[in-house]
Amino acid sequence: MALRDQQGRPLVAVTGMGVVTSLGQGKDDTWAALTAGKSGIHRINRFPTEGLRTTIAGTIDSVEVEPFCAPMLSERLAMLAAEEAVGQSGLAQEDFPGALFIAVPPVEMEWPQREALAEASGQTGEVTYKDLLQAAATGRFKPWHDLFIFGTVADRVADRFGTKGSPISLSTACSSGATAIQLGVEAIRRGETQAALCIGTDGSVNPESLIRFSLLSALSTQNENPEGASKPFSKNRDGFVMGEGGAALVLENAESAKARGATILGYVLGCGEKGDGFHRTRSSPDGMPAITAIRQALDDAGLAPDDIDYINAHGTSTPENDKMEAMSCTAVFGERMANLPISSNKSMIGHTLTAAGAVEAVMSLLTLGTGRIPPTINYQVPDPAIPLDVVPNVARDASVNYVLSNSFGFGGQNTCLVFGAEPKGA
Amino acid sequence: MRDVVITGVGLVSSAGEGLEAHLTALASGGASNRDAETFAPFTVNPVGTLEWDRQIPKKSDQRQMEAWQRLGCYAAGLALDAAGAKEDAALKSRMQLIVAAGGGERDYAVDGQILTGLAKAENPGIFLNERLMGDLRPTLFLAQLSNLLAGNISIVHGVTGASRTFMGEESSGVDAIRIARERIASGQDDIFLVGGAYNAERPDVLLIYEMGGFLWKKPYASVWERPADGGGMILGSGACFLVLESREHATARGAKPLAVLAGVASDRSRRKAGSVEGALHALSKQLDAKPDLVLSGATGIKGITEEEQAALKDIAPKAAVHATGDLVGHTLEAQAATGVALAAGLIAGGKAGEALVTSVGHWRGEGAIRITKA
Repeated sequence: MALRDQQGRPLVAVTGMGVVTSLGQGKDDTWAALTAGKSGIHRINRFPTEGLRTTIAGTIDSVEVEPFCAPMLSERLAMLAAEEAVGQSGLAQEDFPGALFIAVPPVEMEWPQREALAEASGQTGEVTYKDLLQAAATGRFKPWHDLFIFGTVADRVADRFGTKGSPISLSTACSSGATAIQLGVEAIRRGETQAALCIGTDGSVNPESLIRFSLLSALSTQNENPEGASKPFSKNRDGFVMGEGGAALVLENAESAKARGATILGYVLGCGEKGDGFHRTRSSPDGMPAITAIRQALDDAGLAPDDIDYINAHGTSTPENDKMEAMSCTAVFGERMANLPISSNKSMIGHTLTAAGAVEAVMSLLTLGTGRIPPTINYQVPDPAIPLDVVPNVARDASVNYVLSNSFGFGGQNTCLVFGAEPKGA
Repeated sequence: MRDVVITGVGLVSSAGEGLEAHLTALASGGASNRDAETFAPFTVNPVGTLEWDRQIPKKSDQRQMEAWQRLGCYAAGLALDAAGAKEDAALKSRMQLIVAAGGGERDYAVDGQILTGLAKAENPGIFLNERLMGDLRPTLFLAQLSNLLAGNISIVHGVTGASRTFMGEESSGVDAIRIARERIASGQDDIFLVGGAYNAERPDVLLIYEMGGFLWKKPYASVWERPADGGGMILGSGACFLVLESREHATARGAKPLAVLAGVASDRSRRKAGSVEGALHALSKQLDAKPDLVLSGATGIKGITEEEQAALKDIAPKAAVHATGDLVGHTLEAQAATGVALAAGLIAGGKAGEALVTSVGHWRGEGAIRITKA
């Protein structure tokens, strides 16, 4: 088969994948739980939840880091996922032959650090930033500079795996993981690199992050039954549930992957993206940006809508997203949308935010590899306004050759990826 | 590969607004507007008061942003104006966007009140929850998210091809320009808006760099003089955006290029003695640079600043060397774009034939950008 796509660009193969979520460490554990319809959402034990409207999340509590904070946990999750992915690829563990693209949550100093600085300042009256600055001047807190600047997670991952060149840390909000993959695909297609390590990671369930989303009324408040709270596409959906996760993909120029005898797990065939200038948190009412992103991804892959066998949904479980996503998919896939399977991993993992696009890419590729579609769980009350085949509650076996994975984010971010077991016409 | 040209520059800083104001300030020796009082003992280059309405017409949009986003949004508007793209909705709807950004900002009064209360609270965890739930403005989150500068540019200016936000201090500014250039050169896209913004007048960012011991706390000295006295950075508020496009695309729409973005190179050395000097040599060789003008992003940090000086003596022995930090302060993610903007302006004005813009990050990351005549 040709190792270039219809536009003459190098085909981009996936040769390694790794993932860690609240369902388990490693893709085997996560996939087994995901296809068994298990939920990783639970009550938050990490910090007191009294006084909060939402007290549940898909935190990853089995991974310990010191000091405990979002950048440390995000770094660890990225490392775990990348170790699995690079290990599977068979490439050198400490001399990765390509670039690093990593989606990381925006970091900043957190409350335990602010409190430590306030205490060190000796101020017993009104604390201000002047006091914190005086404490900082002692030099005792030097490592926290490195810990809380934006490039550090990428730098440490680049050091660990020996990736080449300047690592790219990026954000497109809740579509960041997909953007990391897109940047890797483009670099390989341009011939800048033969391989790319693409990662999405997010370990930022802390009081302030949770409260920020809560104040925007974005989170589910159905705390009584944590496992049932994330209900994408259901009529009684009431917001997303925060989750943590890390996922990594090793992308390679298919030609060099084959030349070294690597096992090819699937292909990233197409990427589509479109900005939306309608509103900071809401999408254009006509759905045009999401529709355009989906169409672009299909065009880029050289596929027609009818070629897609399954959609791995963004499916956040917010009233707005799921309605818009259903509308946009229906606009592209037409009447077929009533029967085209579309399911949301977020019903079980929660919304892993910066990591979500990468986590869902791994799950999409596992669907291609196993012929198994994970369900949308908690689908008890269908929403008559969006009649979809959401693969309700139970996984399904199907012949799947091409998967569309959607990712949408605050700030008008729409990123869609198309994966295939083989390129079309192979 | 296609030529990539610079057809618009939008620049705001302590030196003023617009490319001309900056070129004038540079020509006059860069006597810059600095503030040593407000955040004493730290000096910052503050941005003067801007007439926000001129680039961000809706007050509701201005209110939704914090200073770093307003600065960036304003500079993005200036760049679109300069490139003759502002009124072309169709062009902007396919224009791609890369923003280099950090994040923030915080409500400093609320933070102080919470810290004061936490020390005395019977149950600190519950106290924190209650105060954050009660005192945080819901919209502050949107002014903190890194990708919301891009989001605001899409909303205010209608630049909606697609956006991505790069993070990682100085390096992100270089890599934003690098990736935009590669996408245009390879034919994937025709036109990009790319740049960054930084607000230095924030105690929380001063705090980060003071923890690391990176800030200059003595009377003003230029970046080149500071290493001899311990070294340190003076942060600056500012923003810079560039309109980049293929030469064919610029010609077809009648836009006049200021200069050619001939190449962008970046890397991440493992910092040790000599690594910055070596990296700059390697990057300039990769670019085949023969500059008669250098716009340096030097920080004034001890060690790396002298290494950059030594490298520049070899790479560009006869070139005029300007430190953007002395003109506008260190603007982190916006520094590389600011250097490119000034270089393009000087080349367009016939003051130089080829420029090298350097970016040696205060902690990590090295970059070099080559600009040539249009």
